[in-house]
Amino acid sequence: MSNRVVNILVPLISVVLGLLVGGIIMVVSGYDAIDGYIALWNGIFGDAYSIGNTIRQITPYILSGLAVAFAFRTGLFNIGVEGQLLMGWLAAAYVGYAIEGLPRIIHLPLALLAAAAAGAFWAFIVGFLKAKLHVHEVIASIMLNYTALYLTNAAIKSLSDGSFKTPTVLESATLRNQWLREITDNSSLHLGIFVAILMVVVMWFILEKTTRGYELKSVGFNKNAAEYAGMNVNRNIILAMTISGVFAGLGGAMEALGTYQNASIKAAASGIGFDGIAVALLGANNPIGVFFGASLFGSLKYGALNMPNAAGIPEEIVSIIIAVIILFVASGYILRVALEKFGKKKEGK
Amino acid sequence: MEYVIEMLGIRKEFGNFVANNNITLQLKKGEIHALLGENGAGKSTLMNVLFGLYQPEAGEIKVRGESVKITDPNKANDLGIGMVHQHFMLVENFTVTENIILGSEPTKLGAINIKDAAKDIAALSKKYNLDVDPYAKIEDISVGMQQRVEILKTLYRGAEILIFDEPTASLTPQEITELIAILKLLIKEGKSIIIITHKLKEIMEVSDRVTIIRKGEGIGTVVTAETNPDQLAELMVGRQVEFKTEKGEAHPTEEILNIENLIVADYRNIDKVKGLNLSVRRGEIVGIAGIDGNGQSELIEAITGLRKIKSGKVTLNGKDITGLKPRDITETGLGHIPQDRHKHGLVLDFPIGHNIALQTYYKSPISKGFIMDYRKINEKARQVIEEFDVRTGQGEMTPARALSGGNQQKAIIGREVDRDPDLLIAALPTRGLDVGAIEFIHSRLIEQRDKGKAVLLISFELDEVMNVSDRIAVIYDGTIVDNVYPKETSEQELGLLMAGEKRKAKAIKEGNE
Ligand SMILES: Nc1ncnc2c1ncn2[C@@H]1O[C@H](COP(=O)(O)OP(=O)(O)OP(=O)(O)O)[C@@H](O)[C@H]1O
Ligand SMILES: [Mg+2]
Repeated sequence: MSNRVVNILVPLISVVLGLLVGGIIMVVSGYDAIDGYIALWNGIFGDAYSIGNTIRQITPYILSGLAVAFAFRTGLFNIGVEGQLLMGWLAAAYVGYAIEGLPRIIHLPLALLAAAAAGAFWAFIVGFLKAKLHVHEVIASIMLNYTALYLTNAAIKSLSDGSFKTPTVLESATLRNQWLREITDNSSLHLGIFVAILMVVVMWFILEKTTRGYELKSVGFNKNAAEYAGMNVNRNIILAMTISGVFAGLGGAMEALGTYQNASIKAAASGIGFDGIAVALLGANNPIGVFFGASLFGSLKYGALNMPNAAGIPEEIVSIIIAVIILFVASGYILRVALEKFGKKKEGK
Repeated sequence: MEYVIEMLGIRKEFGNFVANNNITLQLKKGEIHALLGENGAGKSTLMNVLFGLYQPEAGEIKVRGESVKITDPNKANDLGIGMVHQHFMLVENFTVTENIILGSEPTKLGAINIKDAAKDIAALSKKYNLDVDPYAKIEDISVGMQQRVEILKTLYRGAEILIFDEPTASLTPQEITELIAILKLLIKEGKSIIIITHKLKEIMEVSDRVTIIRKGEGIGTVVTAETNPDQLAELMVGRQVEFKTEKGEAHPTEEILNIENLIVADYRNIDKVKGLNLSVRRGEIVGIAGIDGNGQSELIEAITGLRKIKSGKVTLNGKDITGLKPRDITETGLGHIPQDRHKHGLVLDFPIGHNIALQTYYKSPISKGFIMDYRKINEKARQVIEEFDVRTGQGEMTPARALSGGNQQKAIIGREVDRDPDLLIAALPTRGLDVGAIEFIHSRLIEQRDKGKAVLLISFELDEVMNVSDRIAVIYDGTIVDNVYPKETSEQELGLLMAGEKRKAKAIKEGNE
């Protein structure tokens, strides 16, 4: 069996198997699996409005997935995407409403830049601690996730004079776009998806085309060899983490300037950052893969919202079904091995 | 005749690449059977098949006459097959006992019973003359000792058949002598052994029979007593092989490397290089001879900028490079074939082609500004692969990890020699290479010299130091105790110098004259 066939077959079969098992779960717990999946399908693709919102849901997942994947590729585990994303979210919202009188062509990029810088700074701390003081990045990022959550909450409270959310971002800084809304029946689809796609290209470009990417990967795979080759190991660790934070911060900007138009106090983490880990795994830490992984993840997440209403399946069961499908896709490599064996036997005969 | 192991018509493929094709190896009970072949011939692959790490595509394996399927290393253990890998698989900060019982921990009422295990291990160690302390930590013991721990591990699990993949490649000459004694003792106790080694001398010394493979094909099996090194080499390569490299006179000119009063400490901050002086000139190969652990590693790392220099001065090409960064030293004209190819030499997860660019990736023509030119890299890689006969499965795109040990080494040497550095530091450059490759590498080093470049060769093998160097600097306890010339010295004198017996060495020399 040729490589290309395997590459296409594996994700397809995994999704089908996941759907099958999910269906069995529905049937066993006494619901109609067909109805359930029709509801899921309609929730994702049912009409222009659903499609718009599905894409909107996918957008931040692409960025949080890129953040995790970039770190992985450079030998780091960035579990702090969540915190970096929250920092980016607040920074974008603040610049978005507090700076007045700028034209959109300056204001919007400025707000995005602020988010990127905030995420980058938050990740830089982790990289710095690792490089200079040998603090493991997982420990540092988990601590900083909490710090970010409470820090942003406190900041929002004081910025809004005791309210639970910041003022709405100005017209000149919003990612919303009248045309996109109109063609999707007034969904909350915004321009952020283009930013996310651009970042997919950026990650690919950095890793596969630049000398810096070559260094980052070398340091990630083998520090000693990198040092032997005259690379500055510490600087590259810090830089890798910082770039990862840029993606995370932009993920926050999608929510601040696109979906919500503000930053609000949160009782717990948004979850987008943590889901980024699953997205990166689905996408095998490859930028294009992340795009597809985020698409699957975001579609299922958004489409699933329709299942309780349209098919009467309780939310808990829906969560289990979605988790099962994702699990199957993520473990696609088992299938890959099986397919390869199967292919070989056939050739042998 | 009774065979304990029969591998019949074994075939193993990696993708489209056939690493083993129709290979047959039959091991008699109580024999030492050598497996010989060029780098990349498929020796490790064949042994990994026997140890259950790979599944063969075709062929049959019989253990004590019975056809078996060895699905994984546990199955191999059950069948009494043990393997000592070339790269040891030990946990550094565990004790010997902990390492040996790892995976098959003996329990007493559910708790791991270390004491009894340690006692058993001590007894085994005594029986086979291994001299291993069950409570020593792996990180504190020498490479030779670690290897004995690996041997103990297989014996502890009841191995009757032991596979050794290049056990002597990382040992000092003394340790090799000790290992050979151990092998003979194992045979006396009724074990059977398969050993991979590139050193024909060792094969002649220890083995009963030799099976030869060439480019994945089984060539045949010969009885050691009825053959000789020349014939073995010819069977292995398919043509006649020169053992001694042709070499003309050296014509040294100006000094290129100067080291003054160098003091360097190891990772525990204990001084290992203790006021060392050394000078190397263009147009000469200087060999550093010495017993492992006398400061060689620290010396190399200090020159190359990988280790901090406590005091002293290093001058390269007239420039003071003391305390400079590795990149700046490289740019001053240094090339470095590192001692440990996996630690420093390669990014194993990169394709071999990308590894060829490791020292030049930031410069034209490999990159322009900050953009890598992977087409140029692959072009360069193909040239080096071709020139240095690096045998790969899928050309420059083969993952470095999938190359055989010797071919990884050739790729590193190719990368460094191709840059044509003014001074090339070659640390154990021929470790793990086959005889043909060794001869080729030696002639390349001499070629560098003849072009007016300089080579600093560090080797534990006296043969290599004697054959290749123009001058030998003997290192002992962190200083160069003497400079001698290969033509005027003997192995005996060198041996005494290396052991720190300078006076005795002198006496012998004068006595000879
Ligand atoms: N996992 C793998 N994937 C792809 N190719 C491999 C793999 N392992 C080995 N090969 C290829 O198979 C061939 C034989 O490799 P092997 O390691 O058995 O050689 P060897 O005889 O042990 O050589 P050496 O003396 O250099 O150790 C090599 O060309 C190598 O590139
Ligand atoms: Mg090998």
